[in-house]
Amino acid sequence: MAERLSLTVDGKARSVEADPKTPLLYVLRDELDLDSPHFGCGLAQCGACTVQVDGKPVRSCVTPTSAAVGKHVTTLAGLGTPQKPHPIQAAYIEEQVPQCGYCISGWMMTAAALLKEKPKPTDSEIRDAFKGLKCRCGTHLAILRAVKRAAAMTA
Amino acid sequence: MNAHTSLSHLGRRDFLRTLGALVVGAAVPAPVLAAATGAAKGAAADLGKSMDPATLDAWLAVAPDGMVTAFFGKPDVGQGVEVAIAQIVAEEMDLPVERVQVHLADTGLTCDQGGVSGSTGVQRGGATLRNIAAEARRLLVEHAAVELKVPADQLRVDDGVVSAPGGGKRTYAQLVKAAFEAKLDWNGQYGNGLTAKGKAKPKAAKDYKVVGASPKRRDIPDKVFGHYRYSADVRLPGMLHGRTVRPPVAGAKVVGVDEASIARFGGARVVRKDDFIGVVAPKEWDAIQAAQALKVTWSDAKPPFFDSEALFDHIRAAEPQKRQVVTETSGVAEALANGGMQLSAEYQWPFQSHASMGPGCAVADVRPDGVTLYNPSQKTHATAQGVAKLLGRPVESVRSIYVQGPGSYGRNDAGDACADAALMSLLAGKPVRAQGMRADGHGWDPKGAASIHTVKATISDGGRIVGHDYTSKGFTRMEVNTFEQEPQDFLAGQQTGFHNKPVPGFAAPEDAYEFKARRVSWETIPGLLDGPSPLRTSHLRDPLGPQMHFASESFIDECALAANADPVAFRLAHMTDKRHRAVVEAAAKAAGWKAGPPGARRRAEGGRMIGTGFAYAPRGDTIVAIACEVEVDKATGRIWPRRFWVAHECGLIINPGTLKNVIEGNVVHGASRALFEEVTFDPNNVTSIDWAHYPILEMADAPESIDIVLIDRPDLAPSGAGEPSTRPVPAAIANAIYDATGVRLRRAPFTRARMKAELAAA
Repeated sequence: MAERLSLTVDGKARSVEADPKTPLLYVLRDELDLDSPHFGCGLAQCGACTVQVDGKPVRSCVTPTSAAVGKHVTTLAGLGTPQKPHPIQAAYIEEQVPQCGYCISGWMMTAAALLKEKPKPTDSEIRDAFKGLKCRCGTHLAILRAVKRAAAMTA
Repeated sequence: MNAHTSLSHLGRRDFLRTLGALVVGAAVPAPVLAAATGAAKGAAADLGKSMDPATLDAWLAVAPDGMVTAFFGKPDVGQGVEVAIAQIVAEEMDLPVERVQVHLADTGLTCDQGGVSGSTGVQRGGATLRNIAAEARRLLVEHAAVELKVPADQLRVDDGVVSAPGGGKRTYAQLVKAAFEAKLDWNGQYGNGLTAKGKAKPKAAKDYKVVGASPKRRDIPDKVFGHYRYSADVRLPGMLHGRTVRPPVAGAKVVGVDEASIARFGGARVVRKDDFIGVVAPKEWDAIQAAQALKVTWSDAKPPFFDSEALFDHIRAAEPQKRQVVTETSGVAEALANGGMQLSAEYQWPFQSHASMGPGCAVADVRPDGVTLYNPSQKTHATAQGVAKLLGRPVESVRSIYVQGPGSYGRNDAGDACADAALMSLLAGKPVRAQGMRADGHGWDPKGAASIHTVKATISDGGRIVGHDYTSKGFTRMEVNTFEQEPQDFLAGQQTGFHNKPVPGFAAPEDAYEFKARRVSWETIPGLLDGPSPLRTSHLRDPLGPQMHFASESFIDECALAANADPVAFRLAHMTDKRHRAVVEAAAKAAGWKAGPPGARRRAEGGRMIGTGFAYAPRGDTIVAIACEVEVDKATGRIWPRRFWVAHECGLIINPGTLKNVIEGNVVHGASRALFEEVTFDPNNVTSIDWAHYPILEMADAPESIDIVLIDRPDLAPSGAGEPSTRPVPAAIANAIYDATGVRLRRAPFTRARMKAELAAA
């Protein structure tokens, strides 16, 4: 049954009428018009729907909205702006990472969380952090370069 | 709508004022698109823009602020064609690239240049734009000459300003206000074959300033900041979300649908025509749940398939439906039968899935007076034709606008999503956004063909291949046409009475080897299900290239081994063409290639066996050679393609930065297909319906480095880079595995289990 649910999304307090079991992805996309998380698999196997909840990357396609109530949700669009980009965003542009870019939320939201936890990750720490994420265009090496560049920028 | 250029700074009036000269360009703003429902040519008519490929203003427009728009009849699926076309136009018009924007494929605004097809974006599409931009500059300068009363050859152009030695100046924007008739020499063809040019001679490569530089792609900032609009993000007033329901046993027909079974999902309802079943609802989550809950009674179909483990036995035994001898030199039978050492081997390649990042997603708005498609397919114009026929509407009434989807590498499920959306919109009477679930993407997208390849050779006492016979046998490359011009090319078409019409055909491997006698041939076999099939084949990046060259280039190494020769030297010994030799030599040099027969570079570190392999292949006029170092873990069978060295020659290079990223993507995609990707099925249906059952290469197995040597040939026309570097990757890896382990893998993918089993058997 639909209930009124309150959560903070990209820094703004939002309130929606939705069944708390509805996956967060659909509440973000269809109730709040936040399109950057994408449906990829609905099975937590690819990462295209990734957002951060209280700073931790989660797969919004399998996360019930109830799990985000009262918490801070950050989408890719809330990570930074062209005027004030997050280092990983600046690095992504510098390295010209994405091709189609449909998977980008998984990698960038995970990278941002990783860099917060480990500002100077090693190559294997980066690879481990990205476990389970998919990129069909094969931009993996550019992603690695961008994470290292972002780490260097914040050093 | 930032997936497109915006024409916002150029109102209708301004556009009309520029008519006749060069007209316009930037992104079509969302209101223009939204208002554009119906008549494919309505959008151009509204702007006063020509759609006649023989006129200049079908292709280019100059806005009052000096911004130039090129109308390009192919999409950019994320490989950076947009910026390359902008560079080409900017170069010929003496503009900075920032002043050129490209309006990508849109039946309402761009001429049909064939869509994304065979790595022809720059190769063919760019060649036409180059000629047209050169003609535009010529006409503008000619006009300035009249106005400034100075001979044209004394004028110069900088950043879109034409200036005379005495100080007179005119901007392009000023010059286009005076209309003139500008006719082009158009070859009368639409599609990939379209060419158009004027009287102008394009610049010589030595004068290039913009072409050859690496300006950044313009779609990337929006992607990185989460603002880019994909087809999945198109929203129209009153739009419903649609999901289709596919049969559990492929080929089953609909016997009955229990509409009451979804009554509990807010506003969800069934739309049905024949065997096509959709569920539409105002909210996406409701549509998903309803589609999963819908009770459908299916016919008792005979299971159409068998277990995929029996695939290669099936191919071997199947009666061919078409045969073709592609090459046959005289004396090949004698050469193969007599003398020297005789070798033969068979290589196997499974069905593979496009498995795009998201299932195909399209939005259609079907109204009585016209249809608008927000279309992620690579074939913007062709899809409009197929959808028009599916709906029984005149093709002129369908406006098809390219909007990027979740990645595409050929004919994936994007076109099917268009047809699903259009049919559901027709039946529901509302705009519909259709997206499959993961199982629809993996399970029901068109597949790359499965095949076996048999190669035989005779090697002379001098260590040369003197007879060579290469035969492919497999499913046709196109059970559904990659150009979706007919309703049966869509699943929804086949479910609503349009019978599929497979095009039997395969291809031949390419190389520059000069064997004394050779034969190349192929045979195709019928598809496994005559009807809407989850195993229907169509083009997947470098159609048939990876598998054909997995066989041909693995076999070259097998011959080199038999001749006790170094694989690089052995290849070079069979080719005289200087371009091909240069590419092979460049890759070997970059890799620091250590000469010696296969196995000579083997070393061990702990439980890992390390080796380096080589492969080369042209694709059309593009030539690629790749060396690969792999590590094979003895205990687990894990194969890590740790390093690649790629030499790549595609004629003139437009944007080396973008080109390198495209090559990296191709190499990783090729490695993924070689190591991980295999469609599995049981007698009823495809079973590799998610990422757990259709694994692809992930970050843990991504190479440590891909070193790329770009060989720029400004004296040669650009020849395409979107696919060719995929082609030699599987063989380079297989040859490296042999070098590392002494085990020859002839069946793809090279999974851990297979590697482990082969090591144990060795």
